Amino acid sequence: MTATLSLGGVSSFYGAVQALRSVDLEVNPGEIVTLIGANGAGKSTLMMTVCGNPRARTGTILHEGHDITNLPTHLIMRRGIAQSPEGRRIFGRMTVHENLLMGAEAAGRTDTPALLEEVLALFPRLRERAGQRGGTLSGGEQQMLAIARALMSRPRLLLLDEPSLGLAPLVARQIFGAIRELNQRTGLTVLLVEQNAYQALRLAHRGYVLVNGAITMAGTGAELLARPEVRAAYLEGAHA
Amino acid sequence: MKSAVRDAGLSALVALGLFAPLIGLVTENGDHGLELRGRPLAAAAVVVLVFLGRLLMLTRAAHIAPPVVSGPSPAMVRAGRALAPALLVFALVLPFGGSRYYVDLATLVLTYIMLGWGLNVVVGLAGLLDLGYVAFYAVGAYSYALLAVNFGLGFWSCLPLAGILAAFWGVLLGFPVLRLRGDYLAIVTLAFGEIIRIVLNNWVSLTNGPNGITGIPRPTLFGLRFSMDGGEGTFAGFFNMEPETIQRVIFLYYVILGLALLTNWFTLRLRRTPLGRAWEALREDETACRSLGINVTNTKLTAFAIGAMFGGFAGAFFATRQAFISPESFTFIESATVLAIVVLGGLGSQLGVALAAIVMVGGLELLRAFLSFLADQMGSPIFAGIANELPLYRMLIFGLALVVVMVLRPRGMVSTRTPTVLLVARGQG
Repeated sequence: MTATLSLGGVSSFYGAVQALRSVDLEVNPGEIVTLIGANGAGKSTLMMTVCGNPRARTGTILHEGHDITNLPTHLIMRRGIAQSPEGRRIFGRMTVHENLLMGAEAAGRTDTPALLEEVLALFPRLRERAGQRGGTLSGGEQQMLAIARALMSRPRLLLLDEPSLGLAPLVARQIFGAIRELNQRTGLTVLLVEQNAYQALRLAHRGYVLVNGAITMAGTGAELLARPEVRAAYLEGAHA
Repeated sequence: MKSAVRDAGLSALVALGLFAPLIGLVTENGDHGLELRGRPLAAAAVVVLVFLGRLLMLTRAAHIAPPVVSGPSPAMVRAGRALAPALLVFALVLPFGGSRYYVDLATLVLTYIMLGWGLNVVVGLAGLLDLGYVAFYAVGAYSYALLAVNFGLGFWSCLPLAGILAAFWGVLLGFPVLRLRGDYLAIVTLAFGEIIRIVLNNWVSLTNGPNGITGIPRPTLFGLRFSMDGGEGTFAGFFNMEPETIQRVIFLYYVILGLALLTNWFTLRLRRTPLGRAWEALREDETACRSLGINVTNTKLTAFAIGAMFGGFAGAFFATRQAFISPESFTFIESATVLAIVVLGGLGSQLGVALAAIVMVGGLELLRAFLSFLADQMGSPIFAGIANELPLYRMLIFGLALVVVMVLRPRGMVSTRTPTVLLVARGQG
């Protein structure tokens, strides 16, 4: 079986600063894979490198067996990959409806009415808010919108960067619940970058731990949750 | 109260410093050349006015909440909806009611409205701050002038060419500045505008340099010329009318009205397409656009190209209307005026741009006409005097109007954004 996403020996740099050190990572179809690590470990960089910004200086990135290492960002995103970027980055002055359309149109999809119906069924709250400007939504709703906007391109691989950032625990749990439901119902493959290691590992099938730009541990969610070094470094104070 | 008086006193002091030379001194032709004459009373009157005005403002401000930036009231929305059609009807019937002076003025205003709408695509929708828009206006004008004078082509066949050439230059400018944003983009576009003007000024063999190009042909109406001989093939001859200059003036007015409306229609249609939405998204967040799969390069270039194309159309019209162009007409102040129109009107708002153009270009003239009218009616020499001197204070009034609008409506006259799609129909089970 071809992996949905496969990184082999990927390094990337910000100027002279090396952010990723020979990262090997694999995401298989239908999996939720999470990437945990401290601030500055390179989690977001890894996700952005997959999207081609910054470019990987060494190594290869394969999407469904195709080399996408040197593809321009917009072409990568049109291959059935969608991203909900860090900090949500919704379009505040545009309505919820327009934000969602952007997700479909940017990827060159034309069947927007059907996609819209599908996504709004998943997030009924967004239907209520359809005519409202994105900037007037609450944090949780904005996160829903960011995920829904990414889903509007009906991706086969969804990249989620810190979906729980700045959300109340209850709202964060709702978001994680929605991701699980999506994965179970549609078989959507998800690569999830999270600070909230406990929630992320409980949700994910497999996880990777990133330290200083290099992967130090890998395993199933349950395995990683049970590892004492993971507990000490990332779960201190979490309700385990 | 005491602090209010002190504050007002300070304002009066500033006013004194400003207006003592501006209003208090005039030069007149005397026996030995120019002579300086004092007008202490006029200056004092203005200073007192400022003092009282400031005092009134401060004492009343305590009771009035500062202007809140919020959504418009329902009444305002209704008025706004009626305003655009009302303006359109007014524009359509204007030539039949106005004298030549007003039709000329309206033509000028419409030229700026069209330029504003063109720049609105670049600055208002796509959020690319362009300080060199006049370059495309110049490219359009010179394209038509050179094609017409050297190859004898007519206005209507050159119009699309002028637009295409300007769009081409838009893309050419777009390439080097793709990576720039905000202030840096503004500086480079400013330089681009100056480069075009300086090249036009110095490439004497092609453009005739500062002497400009004369004898640019006027447009025809389906082949009918607007000439004064009234013979075969002229508008007046065809319709058996007395040839009059006003016929051509009115025709030109309708040409620019048509061009402006075309610009507006095209922009409004584009806004509702994926490309238009991508422009607006680009203005909000370039990174997010990239992460969604938008080709940011192409999106920016099309914005530059389409904005430039409208500038080119307007330039061709300017050339045919004036029948003479020189680099002097394409200075930075034109770019600044058009940008001010877009910003004042409210970035992205078509109606706002039209209103701002009317106020900025036509406002002073209308004020002058109104004062002259008052002077005539009341036989008052004061109003007549103000009306005559008003053009001297043009920039002062300009600046004042800009400041007032920006204080009262910081996001432009029309700051509401109309969504590009209607609400989703609610699925009922």
